[in-house]
Amino acid sequence: MTFSPELEKRFEKLLASYPAQRRKSALIPMLMYAQDETGYVTHELVLEVARRIGIPPVQVDEVVTYYSMLWRKPRGKYHVQVCTNISCLLVGGEELYEHACKKLGLGHKETSADGRFSLEEVECMGACSWAPAIQINYDFHHHVTPEKLDKLIDDLKRIQ
Amino acid sequence: MLFNEPSPLETKVLTRRFGLPNSASIETNLANGGYQSFLKAVEMTQEQIIDEVKASNLRGRGGAGFPTGMKWGFVPRQSPKPKYIVVNGDESEPGTCKDRVLIENDPHLLIEGVLIAGLAVGAKAGYIYIRGEYRYLIDIMDKAIDEAYAKGWLGRNIQGKGVDFDLYTHTGAGAYECGEESALLESLEGKRGQPRIRPPFPAVAGLYQCPTILNNVETFCAVPSILEMGGKAWADLGIPKAGGTKLTCLTGHINKGGVYELPLGFPVEKMINEVGGGIRGGRKMKAFIPGGSSCPVLKGDEAWPLTMDYDSMAKAGTMLGSGGVVIMDETTDMVKAALRIMHFYQHESCGWCIPCREGTTWLKKILTRLDRGIGTTRDIDLVGDLAKNMLGRTFCPLGDAAALPTISIVEKFRDEFETKLAKIQVAVPAMADSPLVVMR
Repeated sequence: MTFSPELEKRFEKLLASYPAQRRKSALIPMLMYAQDETGYVTHELVLEVARRIGIPPVQVDEVVTYYSMLWRKPRGKYHVQVCTNISCLLVGGEELYEHACKKLGLGHKETSADGRFSLEEVECMGACSWAPAIQINYDFHHHVTPEKLDKLIDDLKRIQ
Repeated sequence: MLFNEPSPLETKVLTRRFGLPNSASIETNLANGGYQSFLKAVEMTQEQIIDEVKASNLRGRGGAGFPTGMKWGFVPRQSPKPKYIVVNGDESEPGTCKDRVLIENDPHLLIEGVLIAGLAVGAKAGYIYIRGEYRYLIDIMDKAIDEAYAKGWLGRNIQGKGVDFDLYTHTGAGAYECGEESALLESLEGKRGQPRIRPPFPAVAGLYQCPTILNNVETFCAVPSILEMGGKAWADLGIPKAGGTKLTCLTGHINKGGVYELPLGFPVEKMINEVGGGIRGGRKMKAFIPGGSSCPVLKGDEAWPLTMDYDSMAKAGTMLGSGGVVIMDETTDMVKAALRIMHFYQHESCGWCIPCREGTTWLKKILTRLDRGIGTTRDIDLVGDLAKNMLGRTFCPLGDAAALPTISIVEKFRDEFETKLAKIQVAVPAMADSPLVVMR
């Protein structure tokens, strides 16, 4: 597989960050950064990362099936994550999630037909003091109201 | 960037550079006292550094509250194996958002704390494990590390003092369990985040089975000010047996939610009413969680007279925890709160220990039916009974973390469960005489 020069550079740095006989440590970071480029963890990517680290592919699969941020299916270009954990729940996180479902016409872990949006009800993301919070890809948004959510999504819809 | 206004009642020690222009840059850090404690530590012996940390009464800020100096003292410094420093930045305890603020606003403070820990045990390398959702913080941290290398505060022969240290960031990938120290180490080694049996503890056999100091972000961030002020003076910021300050996250039904640095022993009443601007809508406080959803829940009336420190919370039957305060006013549906908390632990249980994997799954099912009002009163007892049977029966504290809040909610707010059941009339098949599940 070929990756962008930036990702190749990052792989190189990652593989040099751990003692030589402990290169497996680079596994999770490599998958996390690679899926930003490939969209999700494809079978091809599993084989490639295994080859580069020098471990059996099954050891990569073991990890992929454990971590919730490693996706085995394509998700939307804009992945909307709404927290409904306790601190967000108390200030309207659940209503916000329901609103997002209606607005996007999607349910938990569903992706729109055009591949632009996906939705996920997530656990605590570390924005509890500024709840309710959402993340769109890696961007945090605090004190989100249904109106603010509508605007965020409408703005993204306008981007071609 | 600060997401909330600071309060005049804060004691700003760890957060003192917050709000300065470009506070995350090495220039701002160095111009405002940064890295000076490291230079001081270079001139000290390893025992002196550890003694200073012991004198500060600093206790682990991730939630467990273990004395930091003692933990550092457990590292076999004479071991021929390499030693490692690992920073736990997997902040995922519901209600907690303080490490995020520390890394975002002063990443060099963390680097300095790690360097001092490295000196204390003779470690030459460290890893900062940051949860995957905090990608932007990893970028901030990477930038800070690059700056530190460029200015000679990391790498070979740091500032000509003959000290070598390499520091790396490491991203998690979405697993609460990896905030538990042994699971974090597994994850850092490229494996599923499942806990290890202890002993041996990480101080003796941690990363790659080598001696490792593993502490929370805030714990490391406290170290530079301890060396600067002296352990005793730092301890005196707090109260006896609980030194220094703690970053406290006010969340839930409070007017001014935010992260505030308060001295240990700060009164709950003052924290809520003065720092936090009171309960939303002037309502009454029904329930209070002092430090993340793993803590036993207190009734509002129980919490008001307490102070925010380890002993005061322990006496009230709960824990200071991670500093994630959750305030619930009188409108809160406690059955729903219990369900949401269990939903989280069920999702995050790694599945390694059966009492936790099965316990959280069944508790979620039973709490769901109670929340929908289709349970029976016997289900209420079953919840408490099942949860009690999880306690102390797992490799890591996740099982306890799921059980403790549940037990406390069922005990303290039993009437809400009963009211909910009485309100919704759904035909429930008659129960047989023998219990559904025998948990003895």
